[in-house]
Amino acid sequence: MTANTEVAPLWHDVCGIDDVVTNSGVCALIEGQQVALFSVMKGGEQFLYAISNWDPIGKANVLYRGLIGSIADDIVVASPLYKEHYVLATGKCIERDDVSVVAYDVKVEGERILVAV
Amino acid sequence: MTSLASKTRILVVGNGMVGHHFVEQLHQSSDNVDITVLCGESRLAYDRVHLSSYFSGASADDLALTTADVYRDWGVNVVTNAIVTDLLRDEKKALTEDGQVFPYDKLVLATGSYPFVPPIPGNDQEHCLVYRTIDDLIAIENSARESKVGVVVGGGLLGLEAANALKEAGLETHVVEFAPQLMAVQLDETGGDVLRSKIESLGVTVHTQKATQVIEAGEQSRYRMVFADGTFLETDMVLFSAGIRPSDQLARKSMLALGERGGIVVDDNCLTSDPDIFAVGECALWQNRIFGLVAPGYTMARAAVSALTGGDTVFTGADMSTKLKLMGVEVGSIGDAHERTTGAQSYTYFNQPEGVYKKLVVDESQQKVLGAVLVGDTSDYDTLLQYALNGIDLPENPETLILPSSGAAPALGADALPDTATICSCHNVAKSDIVSAIDEGCCSLGDVKSCTKASTGCGGCTALLKNVVDSELEKRGVEVSKAICEHFNHTRQELFHIVKVNGITSFDELLEKHGTGLGCEICKPAAGSILASVYNDYVLKQEHLPLQDTNDIYLGNMQKDGTYSVVPRVAGGEITPEKLILLGEVAKKYSLYTKITGGQRIDLFGARVDQLPDIWEALVKGGFETGHAYAKALRTVKSCVGSTWCRYGVQDSVKTAIDLENRYKGLRAPHKIKFGVSGCTRECAEAQSKDIGVIATENGWNLYVCGNGGMKPRHADLFATDLDTETLVKYIDRVLMFYVRTADRLQRTSVWMDNLEGGLAYLQDVVMNDSLNINADLEAQMETVVGAYQCEWKTTLESEASRKRFRQFVNTDGTDTNIQFVSERGQVRPATEMEKSKGADNLIAVDVI
Repeated sequence: MTANTEVAPLWHDVCGIDDVVTNSGVCALIEGQQVALFSVMKGGEQFLYAISNWDPIGKANVLYRGLIGSIADDIVVASPLYKEHYVLATGKCIERDDVSVVAYDVKVEGERILVAV
Repeated sequence: MTSLASKTRILVVGNGMVGHHFVEQLHQSSDNVDITVLCGESRLAYDRVHLSSYFSGASADDLALTTADVYRDWGVNVVTNAIVTDLLRDEKKALTEDGQVFPYDKLVLATGSYPFVPPIPGNDQEHCLVYRTIDDLIAIENSARESKVGVVVGGGLLGLEAANALKEAGLETHVVEFAPQLMAVQLDETGGDVLRSKIESLGVTVHTQKATQVIEAGEQSRYRMVFADGTFLETDMVLFSAGIRPSDQLARKSMLALGERGGIVVDDNCLTSDPDIFAVGECALWQNRIFGLVAPGYTMARAAVSALTGGDTVFTGADMSTKLKLMGVEVGSIGDAHERTTGAQSYTYFNQPEGVYKKLVVDESQQKVLGAVLVGDTSDYDTLLQYALNGIDLPENPETLILPSSGAAPALGADALPDTATICSCHNVAKSDIVSAIDEGCCSLGDVKSCTKASTGCGGCTALLKNVVDSELEKRGVEVSKAICEHFNHTRQELFHIVKVNGITSFDELLEKHGTGLGCEICKPAAGSILASVYNDYVLKQEHLPLQDTNDIYLGNMQKDGTYSVVPRVAGGEITPEKLILLGEVAKKYSLYTKITGGQRIDLFGARVDQLPDIWEALVKGGFETGHAYAKALRTVKSCVGSTWCRYGVQDSVKTAIDLENRYKGLRAPHKIKFGVSGCTRECAEAQSKDIGVIATENGWNLYVCGNGGMKPRHADLFATDLDTETLVKYIDRVLMFYVRTADRLQRTSVWMDNLEGGLAYLQDVVMNDSLNINADLEAQMETVVGAYQCEWKTTLESEASRKRFRQFVNTDGTDTNIQFVSERGQVRPATEMEKSKGADNLIAVDVI
């Protein structure tokens, strides 16, 4: 084992699984950060993703209200303002190499959703 | 040729747009260099071309072209606030103001230019400013805050940009020009006159042939500018934009060769008189010319990089043609705009009422384009520029190139361009580069863009690039797909049939049986709209929710700051005083911005998502319904007051408008639908500009279809005359449902009609003669939709679960604190990024609301 000197992100209990409608998003306020949380059904399996809610191009807190879809193999959300796509797993903006948003880890414990911030 | 055996130390003095481009190009072309950048400003390179956007809300970060992190990743050493005072050319060292010493092997001067301030007594007072750097903008902004009137000295391209900035800052704006016309370099006299009258109609006063003698204390305003002809102008601030001068002080001090009127003399490799020193951009003088545009500066940067890395690119001068929008006025200038070439002849088109002026300059034999001037309409610019740059032979009647399109103008197809034609001048991409990108495997517009960088600069060549790419792909037998998106290989019409014929009731089912992937923001709302058109289900049923655009989900129109607008239905534009009062009370309570819409209703702006249910609860309680302003659906039925009040009305247009609006409200369609009903032939409701227009006659109603206002206006076609009300409704039922079934996604009725094979006669045949034998079906479907109507807001408010979706946060109460307003003309408006960061005086804290 090696010593880990970095501060590990803290897991935060955010909401119940039923609070997120499948294939859509909600927004959580965690330690002052707005986090967009999405639930996506793919191939009969449920996936959860969390990215920053701030749209760096439209400059507003709106990403959780975007439409979810796929581009090739990436699961993405389209910004409701100007429709740029962000990859949910990484926060990368598909249209602009120089733009990305933070992606957070998510896990489920029992019926609760937890996000690491 | 210079080879780079060991790492060469390159020192770049200046980090403007051209200096930055040089660094970027050199970094990409060679690993064998050690680059150090000395940046005189506190900020790294930023976009000076779009400086005035700072006043419409862009921040310094938005304008930035690079960051310290990017330079670090590239291994470029950068020092800011570094003013170079001396060059020790013998020792190959540069000294800065604060005593630092930077050795170099090769030095690049990219010191740019400085604004020329005419030597007028009084030009150095506190509110006499220039327009060049972000610091200048901040000074202008501060000065503007304490000023009511502003004057720009200089009516050239930059001067007008600066005037726009003052206008954006809310000042009464004047432009003072020494010459008899505006933009004398790019435009001829008539072009300058047309531009002047357009700009004056926008509220900027232009004074030509004025030589300022002195700037002294004013009586009404802070200063008074006294002109040579004895007249004067009072102003609170003066902005000088009377041209640029090359920043050549360092070169002068170091005894490099300079031009008579300044500028560092360079050769085709951008080398100065010292073989180890290059100069690029606005400080460089090539064949006795300074190039004050960014594109030639970029070309110089590439020539210098090429010389350093053993390439063969040289600078051979530049095309100074420009196309731009000044305060919304389109202006273009190509080549020899002033007919200076011997034997030059010209064609002109001058439409004074619309303020359009075009001049085409051709050679003696009328074979080639030499130049052009375009004011008020630059749609011909791209084509003319290609003719000029590539020496393409003119068509038989050259004047057709600038005459308004009569359908006969010969379009210059992508195939007519030679391989050497420059498509994108920002990134110097020729047609041959695009062809080889496609040969190497690019198979879409997006691929070509990311591979060649074409059209990623100013974007002016977008349409031309698309033509070239489409034409090249078609030549290779690639079929340009008409599929709605990557998830369905079908058009919207095909999807509609699939849903209807197979009785499909959900997107998942449609995707599973006929598509791939997870869908996207194009196919999902399209499917949602089709399902709604076929079944008129409550659009926010849990299973349909993920299909809707945010506007449909939150039943409001999202505005730029993430808030929503609220538009209740006001059928026919008829509203009781009680309801008007209620709208006012609600707007007041929630501090909403109110504005009357073109569709005779009232728009309330600035509602946060968490406020929407409470706002609508109050409205629904007072008898309002949703106005569907957020949906691709029936919007409004506009009406005039009709025979009940009007002396001329022949039918009750208000009643008919209300009945029609109530019948079709909630109908989902490929795009929004608007109606108009006029009570007589005077047509006060402007029905002929609507999708469905109804105009009263002595004997009943005339029906017009497929009109459109907006971006591309189209008059509606007269469909049938003297109809009784029952027949009128029957025909509208059929036309609308046929449109809903057969149109493409986001296709307005006007475009649908223009693409309908057989056009109006065909549609009349379908609707009036039942030529397809589908009228019973169309009517039955409309009855289903009409019968299933529900107010989406009412239904939403009835369910606790639905209301929960409007909370901003799933895990806590609270609101989005980034939403902030300022007051303007007695109402709120969204605060700009600048106002938020600087805490403007009139900022309204969100928790007050």
